Amino acid sequence: MSTNVQILAIVVTACLFGIVFELVRRRRMMERYALLWLFASAVLLALAVWRDLLEEVAQAVGIYYAPSALFAIAFGFVLVLLLHFSLVISRLADQTKVLAQRLGLLQTEVDRLRAELASQAGEQEREREYSRST
Amino acid sequence: MAHEDRRAPDTLHCRNSPPAAPLRTQSAPTDPTTMSRHLAIVPAYNEAAAIAATVGDLHAHTDFDVLVVDDGSTDPTSECARAAGAAVVRHPFNLGIGGAVQSGYQYALEHGYEIAVQVDGDGQHDARHVDELLRHLQEHPELDMVTGSRFLEMTADGYRSTLPRRAGIRLFARLLSAVVGRPVSDPTSGFRMVGRRGIELFARDYPHDYPEVEAVLLLHFHQLRGTEIPVRMRPRTSGVSSINAQRSAYYMIKVLLAILVGLLRARPAVEAGDRAPVAAESSI
Repeated sequence: MSTNVQILAIVVTACLFGIVFELVRRRRMMERYALLWLFASAVLLALAVWRDLLEEVAQAVGIYYAPSALFAIAFGFVLVLLLHFSLVISRLADQTKVLAQRLGLLQTEVDRLRAELASQAGEQEREREYSRST
Repeated sequence: MAHEDRRAPDTLHCRNSPPAAPLRTQSAPTDPTTMSRHLAIVPAYNEAAAIAATVGDLHAHTDFDVLVVDDGSTDPTSECARAAGAAVVRHPFNLGIGGAVQSGYQYALEHGYEIAVQVDGDGQHDARHVDELLRHLQEHPELDMVTGSRFLEMTADGYRSTLPRRAGIRLFARLLSAVVGRPVSDPTSGFRMVGRRGIELFARDYPHDYPEVEAVLLLHFHQLRGTEIPVRMRPRTSGVSSINAQRSAYYMIKVLLAILVGLLRARPAVEAGDRAPVAAESSI
């Protein structure tokens, strides 16, 4: 692996790690969604810095050009992340649906109770007027 | 435009309900003393032009309480439905037909209805058939669901559809019949009536996007029993089908996937006895 490629890999993964960390620090990203990102970028950064380990991993899998192994591992992480997000989106969509349904049903109930209260108040008013007039 | 309409109910562009329809605003459907035990669930999305007639028809031909589920319409569907004497549940945004129908079943469950029937808001389903469904359900207490089928008897003035759509429906009919072990001639019919157990099931778990086929499966996997009786459906009076040419491929694939996944699911994902769960959360 040439030094240029190594430097590029280190800079990119370090930036990724830094950005995710900063987003968590500013509370733009929740910790539970940052964990996967931080883990992925940490592993990639380690492999980019520790050249021998990357060479070893690449050889073990049968990849002749070590930086390709870095890409392959990064791709694996991306797949896992996307799957994770699909799960999260499904859960959110389901939660949103349940909330919207509850809201609609409760709104109907509130309207009904309000109308009932108003008619009760109207009746009392009429009774009071009636007793006053007699 | 639509928003201005919503604030001025007097000037609504509702088509009036037929004169035979009695206005039921006084006896509110939820009044426990006058309440019938039967509910008609009418999911509606931007159906202001047709909804009053649908509600009026139901009132004229049946003694069912009518609940219109306004699925986030941008036109005055809610106001028109309310003016026609229906109870209205309004979603804050569009959830799709599955979510709308499920809200109806949740309403039925919470208000203690014994029987609920689904009727499309666009006027395709003839309210005169509702009593036939009801009679069939009451005469066969072992049944949990009765569906109105367009294809059990072919009539000259009956429902007509495009060829590819009919082919698709026939494919699903074959598949579904094989899976559930009873003849299903009209798997995409949304005109169906369920008893208490069906209400409880659908209130808790109902399929999302194109729910009709999957609902038949769901019923089967929960060991509830359904059947079909012949009905005639009218061409829709307003709106467009939620399944257009571009979407039908997606529809076919999605429903096929649902059937396959349903077959492989070891047990129902949702057990009776809880509130509506967030199903995507319940397991891994």
